[in-house]
Amino acid sequence: MQSDSAQTTATTMQKDSGVFQDGILDGIKLAIPIIVGFLPVGFAFGVLATKNGISGFNTILMSFIVLAGSSQFIAVSLFAAAVSPIAIIVTTFIVNLRHLLMSAAIAPHVSSMGFLKKLLFSFQLIDETFAIHMTSIEREKFGETSAFTLNCIAHFCWVSGTALGVFGSNLVHDIKPLGFDYALPAMFVALLIWQLRSNMHVIVAAFSAICSITLYLAGAEQLSVILAAIIGATTGVVLCSLTKK
Amino acid sequence: MQLDQEVIFITLFGMMAVTYLPRLLPIALLSNRKLPQVITDWLSYVPAAILSALLAPSLFLLDGEFSLSFDNMYLWSALPVFAVAIYTKSFFGTIATGMLVISGWRYLLL
Repeated sequence: MQSDSAQTTATTMQKDSGVFQDGILDGIKLAIPIIVGFLPVGFAFGVLATKNGISGFNTILMSFIVLAGSSQFIAVSLFAAAVSPIAIIVTTFIVNLRHLLMSAAIAPHVSSMGFLKKLLFSFQLIDETFAIHMTSIEREKFGETSAFTLNCIAHFCWVSGTALGVFGSNLVHDIKPLGFDYALPAMFVALLIWQLRSNMHVIVAAFSAICSITLYLAGAEQLSVILAAIIGATTGVVLCSLTKK
Repeated sequence: MQLDQEVIFITLFGMMAVTYLPRLLPIALLSNRKLPQVITDWLSYVPAAILSALLAPSLFLLDGEFSLSFDNMYLWSALPVFAVAIYTKSFFGTIATGMLVISGWRYLLL
């Protein structure tokens, strides 16, 4: 009896560790485009920040604790222009406010996580990982292990790309010749296509795109993404209820 | 010009706080609640809306100006990228196409 139950426990454990390993492998597979995209962009960020007079320590720390690409590039130019810290923090807040929508959209799917896991998961919630997570959720392949693996790889690549840029800022001046700068836009294309599940989603995406560009050109550069997304999603709900009636 | 690294150091923590809170609050507060149907519907459009809103300016704007000209490599390189994404649904194929097209184009320009 006892050996039976011990055996069962052993097989369950083996099974569990198998599931765990699969989760890690899935996470690594999902992370490959992020690795390809983040290392060079992180590198570019490290180079830019160093050339603008931000210390290596502060540059790497920024990538580690802020972890938000576009707002970091903006912050570097603001620091270099001697803008006040409060203005830099407010700008960062506005640029990164879009994560509020992402967090709300993913919230129902992470309800089973404990509070500490939620703390870590939201710290690492960025545009790219959000998009991949939502795709996994729709394909019913979302798992905690693969999600955290993906998040940690993305975080690690962003920070190490930055560090390489800081230390190698004298070696390389341009990341463009190999096309690495286009890896992330191309990834967004793939993720966007996957999100277009119905005609209404296509309409929402097209409308958001137009709004985003218009708002940007109208001078709302830093709020354009979140405003466009709110307008786009609202349009989808309104049109959907109109067509149902 | 010499930047004050201490001021930057402290500012970074402010930046962290204002970036983290919007990421955290909905997950911490909403995830165990049943949301009204209309909110759930609305949220189901958020991924497509955000991705499109993030992507569109990077394709259609060149140096901050709307551009459909052939100088705008990001836009025209997106055509084969979209085609591969739509017809193959392949993640890596799409990204590889993008990098190949843009680096090939740059190579031809040299």
